[in-house]
Amino acid sequence: MADTTGTGGLIFKEALLWEKSREGRCAVSIPTRDVPVAELDPALVGAAPELPQLGEFDVVRHYTRLSQWNFGLDSGMYPLGSCTMKYNPKINDVQAARPGFAGAHPMIDDELSQGALELLYHMEQYLAEITGMAATTLQPAAGAHGELAGMLVIHAWHEKQGHQRSKIIIPDTAHGTNPASASLCGYESVNIRSGPEGILTPEAVAAVMDEDTAGIMITNPNTLGLFEENLREIADIVHAKGGLVYGDGANLNAIMGIVKPADLGIDVIHFNLHKTFSTPHGGGGPGSGPISVVKELAPFLPVPRVEKTVNGYRLVHNTPDSIGRMLTFHGHFGIVVRAYAYIRSMGAKGLTDVSKYAVLNANYIKAGLKDDLHLPYDRPCMHECVFTDKNQVDTDITTLDMAKRIMDYGFHPPTIYFPLVVHGAIMIEPTETESKQTLDQFIAAFKAVVKEAKETPEILKKAPHLPKVSRLDEVTAARKPVLRG
Amino acid sequence: MRYLPHTPQDIAQMLQKTGHAGLEDLFATIPEKFRINGKLELPDPLTEWELNAHMDQLSSTMCAFPRNKIFLGAGSYPHYIPSVIPSLISRSEFATAYTPYQPEISQGTLQGIYEFQTMITELLGTEVATASHYDCGTALTEALLIALRKKKKVNRVAVSCLVHPHHRQMINTYFAPAGFEMVEIPMAGDGTTDLAAVAAMDDIAAVAVQSPNFLGCIEDLAGVKTMADSKNALFITSFTEGLAWGLLKNPGSFGADIVAGEGQSFGIAQCFGGPGLGILTAQKKYVRDLPGRLVGRTRDTNGEEGFVLTLSTREQHIRREKASSNICSNNGLNALTAAMYLATVGKIGIREIAQINHDKASFLRDLLVDAGFEIAFERPFFNEFALKAPKGYGVKRQALKKKGILAGLSLECYYPALKNHYLFCATEVFSRQDMEDLAKEVKHG
Repeated sequence: MADTTGTGGLIFKEALLWEKSREGRCAVSIPTRDVPVAELDPALVGAAPELPQLGEFDVVRHYTRLSQWNFGLDSGMYPLGSCTMKYNPKINDVQAARPGFAGAHPMIDDELSQGALELLYHMEQYLAEITGMAATTLQPAAGAHGELAGMLVIHAWHEKQGHQRSKIIIPDTAHGTNPASASLCGYESVNIRSGPEGILTPEAVAAVMDEDTAGIMITNPNTLGLFEENLREIADIVHAKGGLVYGDGANLNAIMGIVKPADLGIDVIHFNLHKTFSTPHGGGGPGSGPISVVKELAPFLPVPRVEKTVNGYRLVHNTPDSIGRMLTFHGHFGIVVRAYAYIRSMGAKGLTDVSKYAVLNANYIKAGLKDDLHLPYDRPCMHECVFTDKNQVDTDITTLDMAKRIMDYGFHPPTIYFPLVVHGAIMIEPTETESKQTLDQFIAAFKAVVKEAKETPEILKKAPHLPKVSRLDEVTAARKPVLRG
Repeated sequence: MRYLPHTPQDIAQMLQKTGHAGLEDLFATIPEKFRINGKLELPDPLTEWELNAHMDQLSSTMCAFPRNKIFLGAGSYPHYIPSVIPSLISRSEFATAYTPYQPEISQGTLQGIYEFQTMITELLGTEVATASHYDCGTALTEALLIALRKKKKVNRVAVSCLVHPHHRQMINTYFAPAGFEMVEIPMAGDGTTDLAAVAAMDDIAAVAVQSPNFLGCIEDLAGVKTMADSKNALFITSFTEGLAWGLLKNPGSFGADIVAGEGQSFGIAQCFGGPGLGILTAQKKYVRDLPGRLVGRTRDTNGEEGFVLTLSTREQHIRREKASSNICSNNGLNALTAAMYLATVGKIGIREIAQINHDKASFLRDLLVDAGFEIAFERPFFNEFALKAPKGYGVKRQALKKKGILAGLSLECYYPALKNHYLFCATEVFSRQDMEDLAKEVKHG
């Protein structure tokens, strides 16, 4: 372990907030009262909520210690497949925090918010250019929210055609959010299997596509990290029966500047700005999930729309075919600002290089570990590669054990047990921002874990050994939930 | 590009290992005819210094707090943010982590969210809170969908017309494909929801109001409870100004089943409306109906206390099309921000700041009445209120904009009956001088 990043050392303990509370402490500077007290009807007034009473330094030390129990992307390599944990440039946070943006009210008049509207307008154009689409909305709050917006657009389009449909085709490699989003629109999922090579075959789609099917939801590159080579043909089959093609853009990081999804026959695509465009994941969000659509679907996008006129930018609220509104205001503007800054920093060549190096890094990991881990589909991969624990079956060591042990070597584990189509999946997405040196360390660490699985499996069964806590009892947590202190 | 660490030598060695002749070969599975011929049409890349100049130029055109005086709430409120909050929340161990699916190395996020859930239930008088939603509008919509799932045979909900107009628009958007219907409860003469109108509504899964409502008026939550019970419907309430609960009797004490809210006032910058913080909290009996993540306390194999994401069998990655919602990413970092804010202000601070908000708003209302406005509704309010403007105010308001003052939101486009009515807001960030200046401009300007 000497040549890996490793972990170990001093870990502080820290009590819960209310255990530190002492009557009479207050950590905020109370604003000056320069107006008289206005008494509210006592019948409406409640007791002061029992929030903790702390000093400012208590608060600082509390959250500093908590943060040290977290593994962040800045702490080490975070190769979660499908999650695109790439470096989050610090300069982008600076842009979102500029007083003109941070202090902007979302309902001020258009002429007082020209800078924000200009940014939104151009961001829509950039995303449309990257995907080859005609129009974009930045309103959806996250990838799943974008999926829902996209499905609502598809639903509204069918409604406008005068013939609503009841089903949607979803391959077995789809993210769990796909079927959940479709069912919110009342569509029943028709699940189909990918072919022997890990990609969809036109035959499988043709067999189920009919005039009661609204379309297909397809992730490309798919969750096995493979490019859907038959996508255009599949899209043609769906279109011929009057359906639409929804593209899950979670894996756009592999193909930016290489191919435009619109050219593959996709009609609607969502982006995860917190994946492809480098905004921080925040321990689970906030993200941002814009969607881009082909020209025919543009009238259905949520309102308000941003429009450029001779007198500047304005918000347009009255588009009669719009699905309505997805979020209270203009989307996660603070996240959009960061992604805009990223695109402006990278330019066309930079974004294309991102795809190339993301794919190079994933293929390098695949080549480095394929003698140690079972590779279910030995095909050229895109931005991620999927292994399994099949080689470890004899040792009783599972994917989970290896994932937990890799923590002790100073790496975040890959995504595990997804996609469901592969048993015991280990899904590794290194992203383009990891250097060859880091990848070499990761490969060496994983090889060491595989060796331990054979020689000293008990070390893996009890892993991880170095974090603040060991494996947690999730069964009791769910059976007897304790959700507040 | 400084984010890409690959040297020509690295690339050559890596390609040798992968067995590719060049970088282009990596894309051999993409049919040639679909590959981009040429390059994307995007602006040329900017250096860090050019980017700063560009963004400074864009952002400096904005009318924004604190440089400008924006007497406007309506779902987004200017409040002081203590310096400790941006400092702590920008720690990259919090900001650059993923969803805490690996609890052993995510205890910071997990304990932080557990503390958030606890403080939110304390604030609102409920028993269980989720780890966050996108914003109040999506949280309220999910609350209504819970009610519709609970009352399977019913496909309608009654929602006050004084719920934020954007939230009602969102509810309609979500409801359309499922065939659910939102019936709007009209406004009574005092600026609150006309609960008597609910008596005539049958087959409703929920009665939902916002309090303080969009016009700033505090609703009669006890009355809503009675009406919801009489209709065998869930009592749902929402709020856009969370600081109100530092002063007002909380919705849980009135027996609300589900409370949806906006947490932006808790240390989160307005940021042109997002990201905010959706709060979704309920009584314990709804715990398995709530969409979104929950953090629970447990122990590790050594008996040490720790935290995990729990009850995930409700969620999309397990239940797929049968999930209670499609939500995956939430607004977790903003939930942590809100927790930091609530811990910082504490029991003493939240009461003081809430009272000062009410004091400032009352003071501003008196000044504006003195300057010729008329009180629109006599109902008590927290920090927002509606007034009927004197003749010619529209022109004056336009002129004030040029001086960097945004004096109220015109209500007519949301409520056609409220012609010449404006919604004002005052919080702790406005000084007496700011408000007196505004009144002077209105009166004599």
